[in-house]
Amino acid sequence: MKELAEIFWTFVRVGALTLGGGYAMLPLLQREIVEKHGWATGEELMDWFAIGQCTPGVIAVNSATFAGRKVRGIPGAIAATLGMIAPSLIIIIMIAAVLQNFAELPAVQNAFAGVRVCVCVMIVNAIVKLLKKAVVDVPALCIYLAVFAAGALTPLPPTCFVVLAAIAGIVVRAVRRPA
Amino acid sequence: MIYLRLFLEFFHTGLFSVGGGYATLPFLYNMADRTGWFTAAQIADMLAVSESTPGPIGVNMATYAGYSTAGIGGALAATLGLVLPSMIVILIVAAFLQRFRQSRWVDAAFYGLRPASSGLICAAALPVIGECFLRPAAWRSGGPAELFEWKAVALAAVLAVLTNIGPTKRLHPVWFLLASAAVGIGLSFAGV
Repeated sequence: MKELAEIFWTFVRVGALTLGGGYAMLPLLQREIVEKHGWATGEELMDWFAIGQCTPGVIAVNSATFAGRKVRGIPGAIAATLGMIAPSLIIIIMIAAVLQNFAELPAVQNAFAGVRVCVCVMIVNAIVKLLKKAVVDVPALCIYLAVFAAGALTPLPPTCFVVLAAIAGIVVRAVRRPA
Repeated sequence: MIYLRLFLEFFHTGLFSVGGGYATLPFLYNMADRTGWFTAAQIADMLAVSESTPGPIGVNMATYAGYSTAGIGGALAATLGLVLPSMIVILIVAAFLQRFRQSRWVDAAFYGLRPASSGLICAAALPVIGECFLRPAAWRSGGPAELFEWKAVALAAVLAVLTNIGPTKRLHPVWFLLASAAVGIGLSFAGV
């Protein structure tokens, strides 16, 4: 039980102290998991991150699940994940509650209109970074363009494209490198 | 039963969004269309709050969306829904880690998934960007020069330079968000 509590609080710290998620979490995870507790090696952490990026779901939660499982099995994985999401739940609920009360104020509306412009720029920056990693050759470019067009022009849910793209990836690789 | 619906919607999002926080965006827009729980403009606000508060962006978005839809219970239902698939998938993957990493099938599937994820985010971003910078109503009444929200275009151009070039690109996004909020208030971006 003591160990589970320690896992939980370690991830509360990681969740509470990283702004922005994803790679912003890496240095803190490195310090807490590798250096302070010795729960994993630096290479293991990098592997978890790499797998977390290409498996479904929140990358930070994926890393937390890996780490918790290694220390204490499934209860450890649950403790780590709950620790990781606890600060978000508390902080965001407080902010959302405050914003709901002040949403009508002109200053708040103007501020969010400015912030939305910044969000657009951040989304475009994120897309450019993703594209550099994702579009590695012509078939990948075709998958990207097809999903972009279909996503923009049809009301189909994103899930179908995700499933179709995985199948397309397998087909392209199979055609190119016959086993 | 709103809590169960939130849980299931976000479970679905967590299971199919690959590549971190921004990958949840297409699913949130799709959710906004189907359920009316929140609007496209609110998703942009949620993203801004999620980027500038501690914690993983995807988790923050789910908490915010759940809370604004159904209060604290909704926040819990949405967040647990989002993270549960992660846990299940990773527990399975961890058990077969060696085989997972070397599997040609997995590698090939992700070769297709990565560009698809970018494509979906692009498609989801189009209406947000349009709403931010274009005013089709003003264009019809006042001519082509009225089409663009020029203040927003100018701010975006400055931000695009600052976030990509020079020493400012290493700054945390929260500073750009705060500066944009200040500019928004100073130049009354919402027109109120």
